[in-house]
Amino acid sequence: MELARGRVLVAGAAEGRVLRLAEPLSFWGGVDPRTSALTDPRGPSAGTNIAGRVLVLGSTRGSSSSSAILLELLRAGRAPAALILAEVDAILVIGVVVAREMGWPTIPVLELPLADHAALEDGMAVHVAEDGAIAAA
Amino acid sequence: MTELSSDERALADGRNGPAAAMAIRIVAETARILGAERLVPVTSAHVDGCLYHGDSGVHFVERLVELEGRVAVPTTLNVGALDLIHPERVHADAHATQMARRMMVAYEALGCAPTWTCAPYQVGHRPGRGEDVAWGESNAVAFCNSVLGARTNRNGDFLDISAALTGRAPYYGLHVAENRLATVVVETHALSARLKAEDAFYPVLGAWLGAEVAGAVAVFDGLPADMPEDRLKALGAGAASTGAVGLFHVAGVTPEAPTLEAALGGRVAELRIELTPEMVRRVRDSLSTAPDGPVDALAVGSPHYSVAEFNTLLDRLAGRRMSRPFYACTNRQVLKDLEDSGTLASIEAAGIEIITDTCIVVTPILPAGGGVLMTNSAKFAQYTPSNTDYEVVFGSLGDVVESGVAGRVVRDEAAWN
Repeated sequence: MELARGRVLVAGAAEGRVLRLAEPLSFWGGVDPRTSALTDPRGPSAGTNIAGRVLVLGSTRGSSSSSAILLELLRAGRAPAALILAEVDAILVIGVVVAREMGWPTIPVLELPLADHAALEDGMAVHVAEDGAIAAA
Repeated sequence: MTELSSDERALADGRNGPAAAMAIRIVAETARILGAERLVPVTSAHVDGCLYHGDSGVHFVERLVELEGRVAVPTTLNVGALDLIHPERVHADAHATQMARRMMVAYEALGCAPTWTCAPYQVGHRPGRGEDVAWGESNAVAFCNSVLGARTNRNGDFLDISAALTGRAPYYGLHVAENRLATVVVETHALSARLKAEDAFYPVLGAWLGAEVAGAVAVFDGLPADMPEDRLKALGAGAASTGAVGLFHVAGVTPEAPTLEAALGGRVAELRIELTPEMVRRVRDSLSTAPDGPVDALAVGSPHYSVAEFNTLLDRLAGRRMSRPFYACTNRQVLKDLEDSGTLASIEAAGIEIITDTCIVVTPILPAGGGVLMTNSAKFAQYTPSNTDYEVVFGSLGDVVESGVAGRVVRDEAAWN
């Protein structure tokens, strides 16, 4: 069953459980590049691991080093399974573009309006298709 | 679809070598994803990607060196993970130290200037109003756009060096004049002159802005016309760490806001917010994660401390000595100025340790074991709890100095009530 359809920013297929964050995330200072755990103690999801999750973000903030953290996760195979962003984030997409250029694994990145995020419930197993379709797995 | 000029297609075909070809592919692919119709020539770059976060970034820049990359425009470097002048002050493990050094060497080999600072605007890198540039590092971007009036997006690590190698950036966002107009007006008339005269008000104001408007362009109304640059620096750094702010205006102060109307481009604001003293106080308090009590270490200098800020720090100390480890992060140019003026001896005699080329939240510098760090920087306050094993207390410079002498949090609340 199709739950939502995002605009494809970086194409790819993936499967994983949804991790939907209400708070804005900065990958630098917010994700441990060695463990993929969320680290900001002010955030309600501190300690949660983002590796292998279909990460759904309402907004991003902060550092321009977030691309470097995402690249590090991609090379180590500890990245989220897919990124679903309310608005295209120029800093995060660079991490994926560079990973592809270096010949390392990449992940799909979709743009999906915030209003459609409610269809993706936290913890739900989903499949992301090349064409941007997000379906229950 | 992103249209490339004949010159840009020649770069992609390898006219300037394989590194430039790889870099233009990265710039063009990013432009495509962002929906940019074309690229824009840039006249300078500031690279944030030289900070070690793991081996992947080292492999990337060493690939560019192997492919004989050379920057096409003047390029400065942000902090690395090492203090090359006082190497013993950084306690990174052997692998991280070796890789961080390889990374710094590789960026220099590409022709970047070894400035190692998050405040390139303090070491002479100051593009003019309306100039298109490609800068990275969130506070540097906010300063470049807001205070200098040059035009850059918030470029992620790796896009910055790709732009430097090609002299091109995706044309979208803050390169487009219309997107630089304010859509939000922030009224400050209900705040006291006393509060507006307090340095610590500005990082707090920035932290509020970033959390409130995310990435929107705001204009402040009612701030003092004689605002020193270090206050604008602190405002931008706060806003860029709690939000995605790349540009703000201050009516009567910043170059694109001679008046409130000019900053709005004659349009009606989408949102008007009137700040109250209670809102400011609440944001200030939210920057602390620990209650007032004993302090284990103190830090200033995010963004990197200026000579003027060092002089204020010494004035506040008035010959007293810190009783706890106190770190002041700055760049090597400021260090040289302090040496030349003889100020460095007084700073060291006061028990202040200067960190150059890097800072306390990007690499292990603070004493092991954790505790409570006090700072007057909204950016240090934002990143200390997640990047170090310290909790944080935010205060004014006066509070930080008194607390550093006393070894526990001492506050002057007069400006905030």
